[in-house]
Amino acid sequence: MMPLLEIEDVCLRFGGVTALDRVSFAIARGKIAALIGPNGAGKTSLFNCITGFYRPTSGVVRLRDGDGTRELQLMAQTEIAAQARLARSFQNIRLFGAMSCLENLLVAQYRRHAPGALPSVLGLRRARAREMAAVERGRALLARFGLETVADDRADSLPYGAQRRLEIARALASEPVLLCLDEPAAGLNEHESAALAERLEGLRADGLSVLLIEHDMGLVMRIADQVIVLDQGRKIADGPPAQVKHDPKVIAAYLGEET
Amino acid sequence: MKNALISGLIALVLALPLAGLVTTPDQSLHLVLVFHPLPVAAITLGAFLAQLALGLLHRIKLPPLPMPRVAGLALWGLPVVALLPLLGGRRGLDIGLLVLTYMMLATGLNIVVGLAGLLDLGYVAFYAIGAYATALLTTAAGFGFWTALPVAGLMAAMAGLLLGIPVLRLRGDYLAIVTLGFGEIVRVVLLNWQSLTNGANGIIGVPYPRFFGLDFTRFGHDSVFRAFGLPFWPLARPVWFYLLALGLTLAANLVVARLRRAPIGRAWEALREDEIAARALGLDPVKLKLGAFASGAFFAGLAGAFFAARQGFVSPDSFTFSESALVLAIVVMGGAGRQIGVVWAAIVMIGGFELVRDFAQYRMLVFGAALIFIAVVRPGGLFALRLPSVRLRS
Repeated sequence: MMPLLEIEDVCLRFGGVTALDRVSFAIARGKIAALIGPNGAGKTSLFNCITGFYRPTSGVVRLRDGDGTRELQLMAQTEIAAQARLARSFQNIRLFGAMSCLENLLVAQYRRHAPGALPSVLGLRRARAREMAAVERGRALLARFGLETVADDRADSLPYGAQRRLEIARALASEPVLLCLDEPAAGLNEHESAALAERLEGLRADGLSVLLIEHDMGLVMRIADQVIVLDQGRKIADGPPAQVKHDPKVIAAYLGEET
Repeated sequence: MKNALISGLIALVLALPLAGLVTTPDQSLHLVLVFHPLPVAAITLGAFLAQLALGLLHRIKLPPLPMPRVAGLALWGLPVVALLPLLGGRRGLDIGLLVLTYMMLATGLNIVVGLAGLLDLGYVAFYAIGAYATALLTTAAGFGFWTALPVAGLMAAMAGLLLGIPVLRLRGDYLAIVTLGFGEIVRVVLLNWQSLTNGANGIIGVPYPRFFGLDFTRFGHDSVFRAFGLPFWPLARPVWFYLLALGLTLAANLVVARLRRAPIGRAWEALREDEIAARALGLDPVKLKLGAFASGAFFAGLAGAFFAARQGFVSPDSFTFSESALVLAIVVMGGAGRQIGVVWAAIVMIGGFELVRDFAQYRMLVFGAALIFIAVVRPGGLFALRLPSVRLRS
């Protein structure tokens, strides 16, 4: 089967600093891939290259979707989100704080499902129907993430763990083909982290592909199908977790310091 | 107390040279410095007391307003207020029209500042473009008020797009400065484009709106009174115009209230809350910001048309920065994003000040004090509470 996402020889330089040095890998459809590495290894830089926040200095980021192949390094960032349908979360949570949880999920559906401005101002039946369908999708997602009871509360009034969940729910509301999560377990307690793992496994069971950056090794080893290890801007290992865990290069660069 | 002392001291240092020393020519026409202790003392004491009062204000914790009830009262109070100008004769109607003009302006600016969070200090430019478009179209191109009105709105909207394009990348303070400059540029162009705008002399003879092709003259072959066999009523013309403006302003408010609850309104708010997250969800900041600028400017253009027809005269003097500041103050006081708050702020600030014309010279003082009061006691504006656009639970 053709991989969903292919990274080919991606380099990213800021002046004289090389953040990413000829990184290549591929991730499969319907799997969970984890990007790990010590601080400053280039994980978030790579993430930003994939989601269009940075443009790689050279190299190709290819996404194969049902309706064709797209080269993301050539696309504008908003189009990567809207047309290639990559959704991402942020390392430091970025919710629309003054808006309600439900509204956060409705904003995420803007590009795919929102009726035009004029029909909705005029209150046309078609516009109302689309709005109600969007609200229903939002409600279902909130229920799935245990946020239904706080649907009408301001997003920034939620406790930290709930905000993390809402951010993932919001990313899902945009109906992505690839969900990119930047340290989704950061700051979560053991219980919340386990619940997150279960949710991600549930998403995989539904056929969603996930790429995540994570420092919580327990979580990565438990749920990832593939682990890609970066160190100083280079890929040093790539494979199933059990294999990567015993890779001497990885142990030297990363795990060795901890065990 | 400590703050108050420091404020008093700063005021003293500033007031000593600025207000305390006055150069006056003596008998031999040499300039001499004369020391006036009284204003210095007054300013120092004033600053001290103001800071003290501010400190006390900070301690006041206003109980949260029972929002649904207050909002309900605010809503039901409107028809009563709307009727007042009709009882106030010529002057009442004039004030009413002025209030409606500013309400229309604030309604449009609320889209830009309240929803999209783009601080626009040059909003008066669109007001001026609407007014001049109306004046030129009716006096030079033979348009009536009715045909000029939508054109004025559309021309202002076009100007909104034009302003929007260069400022798309700017945020916060930088955006404010550029829009401020834009407002001044438009005024200066109006002042100097002699051949089109007649410069500082302005344009006279802008007609009142007519009544379905009929005029409110006493005799004349197209007189409303003759056509309906009614006795002449001199107030008919302003009453008609007032009701018209009332209807249009209500419609504008309805449109903006609906825009807020529509997907595009939520997209604007998302952009205001976090532009990076909004982009990551595929929202196009370029289109959204241009849309906000253009639709906000459209309403300013309509307000400009009201203004031109009410005055019968337009000149660049009416479109200074202080107008932008006034409209912005209405939006901020009302509670950015809240339509009902903006409506009431327009009534209180414009109508209230017009009623006490005798104190006109203290207008800016009261104004400043009111803004400081709001900023300290209710930082989000009078109606600070944001209600979600949709609710799951009722």
